[in-house]
Amino acid sequence: MHRIHSNELISTNVGRMVVEAPYVAKHRRAGQFIILRINEKGERIPLTIAEADPAAGTITLYYQVVGKTTKEMSLLKAGDAIQDIAGPLGHPTDIKRYGTAVCVGGGIGVAPIYPIAAAMKEAGNRVINIIGARTKELLIMENELAKAGDELIVCTDDGSYGRKAFVTEALNEVLEREKVDIVVAIGPVPMMKAVSDLTRDRGIKTMVSLNSIMIDGTGMCGGCRVTVNGERRFTCVDGPEFDGHQVDFDELIERLGTYRSDEKRSLDEFEHTCKLHGVRHA
Amino acid sequence: MPETIPRQKMPEQPPDKRRTNFNEVPLGFSPETAQREASRCIQCKKPTCVQGCPVRIDIPGFIKEIRDGNYLKAFEVLKRTNSLPAVCGRVCPQETQCEQLCILGKKGEPVAIGALERFAADCERVQSPLPPSDPPPSNGIRVAIIGSGPAGLTAAGELRKLGYEVTIFEALHSPGGVLVYGIPEFRLPKEIVHYEIRALENMGVTIILNRVIGISETVDDLLDQGYRAVFIGSGAGLPLFLNIPGENLLGVYTANEYLTRVNLMKAYRFPEYDTPVIRGRNVAVFGGGNVAMDAARTALRLGADNVYIVYRRSMKEMPARVEEVRHAEEEGIMFKILTNPVRFIGDDAGRLIAVECLHMELGEPDASGRRSPVPIKGSEFTIGIDLAVVAIGNAPNPLVQRTAAGLETSKKGTIAADETTMKTTKRGVFAGGDVVSGAATVILAMGAGRKAALAMHDYLQTGVW
Repeated sequence: MHRIHSNELISTNVGRMVVEAPYVAKHRRAGQFIILRINEKGERIPLTIAEADPAAGTITLYYQVVGKTTKEMSLLKAGDAIQDIAGPLGHPTDIKRYGTAVCVGGGIGVAPIYPIAAAMKEAGNRVINIIGARTKELLIMENELAKAGDELIVCTDDGSYGRKAFVTEALNEVLEREKVDIVVAIGPVPMMKAVSDLTRDRGIKTMVSLNSIMIDGTGMCGGCRVTVNGERRFTCVDGPEFDGHQVDFDELIERLGTYRSDEKRSLDEFEHTCKLHGVRHA
Repeated sequence: MPETIPRQKMPEQPPDKRRTNFNEVPLGFSPETAQREASRCIQCKKPTCVQGCPVRIDIPGFIKEIRDGNYLKAFEVLKRTNSLPAVCGRVCPQETQCEQLCILGKKGEPVAIGALERFAADCERVQSPLPPSDPPPSNGIRVAIIGSGPAGLTAAGELRKLGYEVTIFEALHSPGGVLVYGIPEFRLPKEIVHYEIRALENMGVTIILNRVIGISETVDDLLDQGYRAVFIGSGAGLPLFLNIPGENLLGVYTANEYLTRVNLMKAYRFPEYDTPVIRGRNVAVFGGGNVAMDAARTALRLGADNVYIVYRRSMKEMPARVEEVRHAEEEGIMFKILTNPVRFIGDDAGRLIAVECLHMELGEPDASGRRSPVPIKGSEFTIGIDLAVVAIGNAPNPLVQRTAAGLETSKKGTIAADETTMKTTKRGVFAGGDVVSGAATVILAMGAGRKAALAMHDYLQTGVW
């Protein structure tokens, strides 16, 4: 069991949980993830490790409240526990001195981009962070990203905060303005696709971190398979990061929708039960 | 006169009933039936059946105890060399092992050794709902085991009995490996697996769950941490694909994913359990092994109208156990033999709607000795399906070996290990089960785990590699 140290919503739909996982905290490197299972009946979901405190034995997870599991997570309190946390899983990000690195995070993708930006900075890169959200209330971790880079550009789709722009527009301007050696993009699949399209013609190495549906996280089930450069790769053990110029994003979008109706049913029944028992939603 | 008693049949849930539930299909012997069956054993002085058992159970010995009504004594005999008798009594292919060599089989039917093993193990479980807690004294020497499947559990049990302090590292949240994620509830109730594992824990075996060796920590790290020897039993957890167009459509699963969702994650009880699974109405399972039968029978229980086994050779070449094929046929699974898939067809949303297949005929024998299937030109036809399960086998999972310096592997990814000692090319490291043999059976993995444990004991006592 993994005791929760703190858990709160940091925007209207993003939660931040600090939870005990000493082994993960000790070993994790930027870009890696864990798979957690809340309780005996829970599903296994992958989440990027955003921060870790090896001394305290804790890790920090950010999650978007979209389905039953993340809803249930958002209702947990300090002192409660997560039953299972497996990890670290996946390959760490290939952190080295590239020169200038642009880290692009969209929506909940800002959380996993954060440790990568920080590690890129520490490796001696000039780091430009571009973060975006639909609207001001959904924007997360602005302060962290400001500290983890040389420049921060904040965008909202509706212009309610920062620039009124998509992250791709901001990225384009940076690319027009200066030489960039690597781009790392994490966020909704259409965003990662758009970023990759933008950098492809310019020949700029672009890494994306994929959020495929997973179960075991050890390459055993094959459920997280994606097509990269025409070949079948497993996000859990071959990724989660891949060359954005080679990923079949359209297929990934389709596969992410596999259980949409089941997910809705699960969430609806959970919310109904909560109402019956008078649990207040965060 | 023993010869006049026919081989006793185990009662089963009737097909029309069992195809709608996940309860176990064979129901076990009653004590009377078990004693009657046990009395058929002629207690050979030199029992050939034992030669057919990978863990060398004293078969006449435990059967004699059943015959005499000493069911718990029978269990003790089993447990001496077999850490998981309740499992083996259910999933071992006895017809090609012990029972095939039974002397009675020469003229009539062999003794139902598997059914008797199951009976004795089940008696013990009923008698003592909590396994005994009597850890053997420790010799202070730590050993590590990677993977808690049949090979790892067996090695752990044997090593603990010999006094070692055993730690198992398991990647998933539940120990048991293929016994919990692969084999369905209706063939091996999970409660039995949990019981066998509790028995090991009560013997003093430590199991660390959710720990994937080969990512943050390697085999060398374990040796550095004071584990004096390591056994790798990480299994054949790398699914093979058909490599035909459309295999990434929604509705195409590997058998590993399908069975893991249903067995380990209990998706058959969705939404009470959170993990969903696609419930196909028309389902095709590709392959002819036990895993294919498991997947097909699972699909039926999840409410499918039509379930097909699509296999490229004929019934004769099918690698599944006869009993599994019989169970599947009785339940209404349709066998499309001499049929090979060519491509999956999807709709605009990327959902599977059909599979195109070719009829095959049998040609010359191939490397496996089986006649190889050859496509019949122009015989294309389609089957409308909304769920496909690819059950054509597994390669070894590469995570552990790819980070272990000095550990030799074959082209197929199996770890090279000595057949009798299970020693790898790396000092202090042993391996066994599917990761060495390629995908095989539970009992062969257990046999390897037992051999490895004895060789590890020898190595740790003498220091000679």
